[in-house]
Amino acid sequence: MGRYFLKRTGAAIITLIAASIIIFGFIHLIPGDPVYVMLGDGATPEQVALLRDRLGLDEPLVVQYLIWVGNALQGDLGQSIFFETPVTQVIREGAETSILLATITMIWIVVIGVPIGILSAIRQGSWIDQGLSGLAMLMASVPTFWVGLYLILIFAAGLGWFPSSGYPSIFEEGGLSNLRYLLLPSIALAAPNAALILRLTRASMLDVAREDYVRTARAKGIRPYRVVLRHILRNALLAVVSAFGFTFAALISEAVVTETVFALPGIGRTVVQSIMRRDYPVIQGVILITVCLYLVINLLVDLSYRLLDPRVELE
Amino acid sequence: MMRALSGWRRLAVSRPLTMLGVIFLLTIVVFAAFSPWIAPYPPEQIDPVNRLLPPGGAHLLGTDHFGRDTFSRLVYGARLALLIGVGVVTFALASGVPIGILSALYPALGRVLMRMVDVLMSFPSLLLALGLIVILGQGVFNAILAIGLIYLTTTARIVYGVALRLRAEPYVEAARSAGAGTWWIITRHILPNMVSPLLVQASFVFAFAQLGAASLDFLGLGAPPEIPSWGNMLAESRIYITRASWLLLWPGLMIVLTAFSLNLVGDAIRDRMDPRFREMVRK
Repeated sequence: MGRYFLKRTGAAIITLIAASIIIFGFIHLIPGDPVYVMLGDGATPEQVALLRDRLGLDEPLVVQYLIWVGNALQGDLGQSIFFETPVTQVIREGAETSILLATITMIWIVVIGVPIGILSAIRQGSWIDQGLSGLAMLMASVPTFWVGLYLILIFAAGLGWFPSSGYPSIFEEGGLSNLRYLLLPSIALAAPNAALILRLTRASMLDVAREDYVRTARAKGIRPYRVVLRHILRNALLAVVSAFGFTFAALISEAVVTETVFALPGIGRTVVQSIMRRDYPVIQGVILITVCLYLVINLLVDLSYRLLDPRVELE
Repeated sequence: MMRALSGWRRLAVSRPLTMLGVIFLLTIVVFAAFSPWIAPYPPEQIDPVNRLLPPGGAHLLGTDHFGRDTFSRLVYGARLALLIGVGVVTFALASGVPIGILSALYPALGRVLMRMVDVLMSFPSLLLALGLIVILGQGVFNAILAIGLIYLTTTARIVYGVALRLRAEPYVEAARSAGAGTWWIITRHILPNMVSPLLVQASFVFAFAQLGAASLDFLGLGAPPEIPSWGNMLAESRIYITRASWLLLWPGLMIVLTAFSLNLVGDAIRDRMDPRFREMVRK
């Protein structure tokens, strides 16, 4: 048990180190002198020298990397060129929107994807199952921004039920009622992801239903609904719940498009704006944080999975 | 000929929706191949008098904010959709298949290569694509590379899994003990048995490439704005949606139906293939 934990954690750390090298190399792979690219052609030599110094571009690459990692470990991701504030602060400002949006979206995904997936599996092969599976495939084929634009057209511009764009913090005037700004975006973002969870739930249910202990339970004469509830569902949901972790991490990045459609002040829109502004330290910081988030969630899911099901072995 | 016909009939009976999907995909191919003959107007022809016309009359599906014919732009958009799809699938297979097979045959190399794939997979897919666009710059070819990189990882993983299983098959071991070389085993035993998983993966990658390219277009980081792609059409119509909602409908429908049809086709192939590999290509 302890060995599994150590090996799995070690693998995650190695992956993180490799990923951090790629993310560090990112700024150096941009063609042209990054300083001129970031400052534009009108930069004075003093500005150039200052930025070179600030980014530490005159040191050898290995030294630069170590400085960068050292700073990152102390919570310093550098300075935003555009805002002239720390990158961590830029990210923190978008975090509330992104985390709340991802959370509300997760609620939709769970509420829609899991029950429909269970229904589909129980009625395997029936027209209900075929219809729902077809619907899931259709939902997975729809671009989120298209759904978002239609939601704006119908529920914001047409019926006027919900605001069409922006999001004031829940800590500002309006309080929790400001969450209504996130309702339409969360539905748009949930559609394809709910479809994936639906398919996963269905597949996982069907996998477990083939297990010997399910057949034994049925043979013992346990009522069918009890077999589904106690024997199949419990075990099938383990795989589904473990997928929630990755889905949540993926939502932070997938929200890039949704946040742009609804003009939400989240991390995703910050990334797009930073690309336009050539504010590379911000992009670098966001990618580093999302990769860390993904790896940590992945690690926690794997470790807890192992605690719940000791049969799991390292590949 | 008769066999082909009976195949169609079987498809129409057992999977009517999939057959409609195949017909839709063929229509897209025809649109792309014969765009100049099908489109009634040149896609970039501007007509300031007839801006934002509703569907009907001389313009079947109306016109956009420059007075360009929507139907003509949709027809030409099929070209970019196919180019993106074929490009991304080619890139993903050409890189993912060798990585997966070599990793399965040479475990020492595999540990390094598959770990690198793991590292790439720890990047959220859209951010990975955006990062690559920042490095490479905007453009159709670069969009193909950026989206292709995402599917390089999933393809390599699937190929690796399938190749590991095939390597352990008795006939592969028999061939090896009979003195067959690695190249022989790859070309005679592994690749031919990998055709259907690869076809399934290719159709899913093709489908999701459409959605990825549309997202990049929508963010203004995909195909240059002068190119009539469905994603660009949606991005441009965005500010006019309350005045001309039909501009939102058609390009979006084309993207959805293309992706949906490809998913249906991929699903149909998967249901017919070796059950041992079915699990691996489950998206």
